[in-house]
Amino acid sequence: MSKSLSDIQTELLGTFFEESLEGLQQLESGLLALEESKGENADTINDVFRAAHSIKGGAGSFGLSEVGTLGHAMESMLEDFRSRRTVPTREMLAALLEGVDWLRNALDARMAGRSLPIDGIHAFCEQLETLRGAAPKPEPAKEHPVTAQALALSIDFLPVPRMLESGNEPMRLLRELSRLGTARTTTDVSKLPPLAEIDPSLCYFSWHIELEGSDVSKKAVEDVFCWVDTDAEIRIEPLVARSDEPEVVLPPVVGPAVVPALNPLHEAKATFATAGEARADNAIGSIRVGVDKIDLLMNMVGELVITQSMLGVIDDESRLDSRRIEQLREGLGLLARNTRSLQESVMRLRSVPISVVFSRFPRLVHDLGQQLGKQVELKVNGQTTEIDKTVVEKLGDPLVHLVRNSLDHGLETPELRRAAGKSEIGVIEISAYHHGGDVVVEVRDDGRGINRERVIERARQLGILGQNEAPPEDAIRDFIFAPGFSTATAVTDVSGRGVGMDVVRRNIRALGGDVFVETTVGKGTCISMRLPLTLAIIDGQLIRVGSHAYVVPLLSIIESVQVEPKRVSKFQGTHELYRLRDKLIPMIELGQVLGMQSWQRSEESLMMIVEADNAPIGLLVDELLAQQQVVVKSLETNYDRVVGLSGATILGDGSVAFILDTTAIGRLVRGTPSGAHAA
Amino acid sequence: MAKIMTVDDSVSLRRLVASALKSAGHDVLEADSGQSALSVAQTTSFDLIISDLNMPGMDGLTLVGQLRKLPAYRSTPILILTTEMDPTKKQAAKAAGATGWLVKPFDPTQLLATIRKVLD
Repeated sequence: MSKSLSDIQTELLGTFFEESLEGLQQLESGLLALEESKGENADTINDVFRAAHSIKGGAGSFGLSEVGTLGHAMESMLEDFRSRRTVPTREMLAALLEGVDWLRNALDARMAGRSLPIDGIHAFCEQLETLRGAAPKPEPAKEHPVTAQALALSIDFLPVPRMLESGNEPMRLLRELSRLGTARTTTDVSKLPPLAEIDPSLCYFSWHIELEGSDVSKKAVEDVFCWVDTDAEIRIEPLVARSDEPEVVLPPVVGPAVVPALNPLHEAKATFATAGEARADNAIGSIRVGVDKIDLLMNMVGELVITQSMLGVIDDESRLDSRRIEQLREGLGLLARNTRSLQESVMRLRSVPISVVFSRFPRLVHDLGQQLGKQVELKVNGQTTEIDKTVVEKLGDPLVHLVRNSLDHGLETPELRRAAGKSEIGVIEISAYHHGGDVVVEVRDDGRGINRERVIERARQLGILGQNEAPPEDAIRDFIFAPGFSTATAVTDVSGRGVGMDVVRRNIRALGGDVFVETTVGKGTCISMRLPLTLAIIDGQLIRVGSHAYVVPLLSIIESVQVEPKRVSKFQGTHELYRLRDKLIPMIELGQVLGMQSWQRSEESLMMIVEADNAPIGLLVDELLAQQQVVVKSLETNYDRVVGLSGATILGDGSVAFILDTTAIGRLVRGTPSGAHAA
Repeated sequence: MAKIMTVDDSVSLRRLVASALKSAGHDVLEADSGQSALSVAQTTSFDLIISDLNMPGMDGLTLVGQLRKLPAYRSTPILILTTEMDPTKKQAAKAAGATGWLVKPFDPTQLLATIRKVLD
């Protein structure tokens, strides 16, 4: 035995936390689905029940009694649904959702090495019980006081012949009995048939046992036989009538309201928390990693081993001539590259899908919508977008803030929406996608938009803008991120008191990103957060311009066409537009934008239509090369920021190729400042 | 030392059971679903199988029923691990062919004591 059993429990606690948090997610989405379907879906009820059940079962085994209590109360109600004793009502589902919050808080507390006070949990569980229509039940009876008195019992054990088929073996049960005390066993073999007729799968014996010892009790004996009580006749009687039989202490009958205060167990539970601190680390420190990422890592290690053996050959040769030195240099170069790749792969292990953050929004939007009396549809896009774990963890709060803002200030009430000729149901869309070396996370609503005049008015009130000073063109983006800024006419308890947007921006900037705002009065607002992801691996299209290779992110490419001169028209003498089907697309000579003086447009130019700020632009390129995954390297960290380039990558032959930032190129050509953000 | 298979879709509980058993020197194989347990059982024999009751896909009761149909498992001890205190659940488990049940929550020491009833 290398580890103690409690060590094992501690080690697995982290896994349990992870599982439970996943289970909670399931529980929550299941409950929301039930609410939608008016509780009609048996599969969902089963899933939800199972989730609650697992949490409860695990909690008990890991000594998290308050979590178990919550789980049990919720499971009981769900069992009513499952067995069709009760049809789920709105109140019940709302209470269960509240239970999810309780569970989450209880688990969070445990992860932080604390535990929630049991009183609140008991009160909540009683609420659930009341909703179930059952009167609050008194605390379960405590174990009877253990008596040190030796007790003697007479036991008759008469198995049915087929008992062995259930896997129960009488000899083992008798052995267990003898652990309780001194056993005198008599075996009755009278039913044993002649040898030729014996069927080895049947049991022909029965036993009489006299058992005496300090651990002997009727309950202990019943426990031994509990699995065979239907496969055997069992009679347990006191062996000697004793006058000093221990008196049975009945549990005190107390009303449920006073029980929590009286029960000393609750104090014990509260103090148990300190032992949990080491465990909390386990939970925070672990991460689930996809097998593909580990495979990639294994590949890298494979490469490393090959390089090492290559260098090893050189080592065996005693003479170092120029050829060997060249080989050595090459090997070392390879080693350096392998090491870097390996480092990047390991860093990639840290990335997790953004769904970790997104998954909490269906519930949030549902609850807030109800609270505010607004009808909302939530759309979530790009859940699988991967982002560093640290970034994900810090993204949660700003995102919650933005979504709350959208719901509270952005979306109008159903009446106002109807009056404005919009659908009564507002839409909030949360999206995540890769954009060059960045990950963009957006919160978009189709609400009232931000009113520029009111922003300016408010800025003057706050003294950010002088009374006679002319407002800047980008007043909105300049002011709404100012500390203390809020145009909300009334402070609601949903979104805060104007401490919001500046905090959002500060948090995002702390991660090396930035926040942008786009808004149209009457149409809606889109707040996007750009987060750098220097280690992102993107799918890229390699192109040739002049003698250089560049990478265009595959996601931003719409299509590529051969340029037909008759479709080109001049605009203002210099700008060229290309007519593609019904659209006019601005043509951009990449060679010029990239500053290649000697570049000449060839006769057979190709035009690649790419997305730039939701509008297509056409990039003239000389040749389309391969498509491949490229590792995005930051230019900022290695050189300096270059407008129009989002990063660089190293190609298979070791040469460097720049990654084009199509959005920035579009802005460059249109004349909009490329850094158009709320700075 | 006995050869034991634990079946549970929850990793933490399965491991908890498995680790407790391993610490007592048993040889333990973990299966994460009824289906995988059943397919392993076709080719490997065990001295004891401990299965969760509530699992997605094949639940514990079905697994017990299926195992009992295999000649090699006619009298192998199979314990059902469940939080249900409901006596009908226990009877259903017995009727399906289970040897007995282990009630969650358990502590590992208790678990080891209980399985002595079905192991040599």
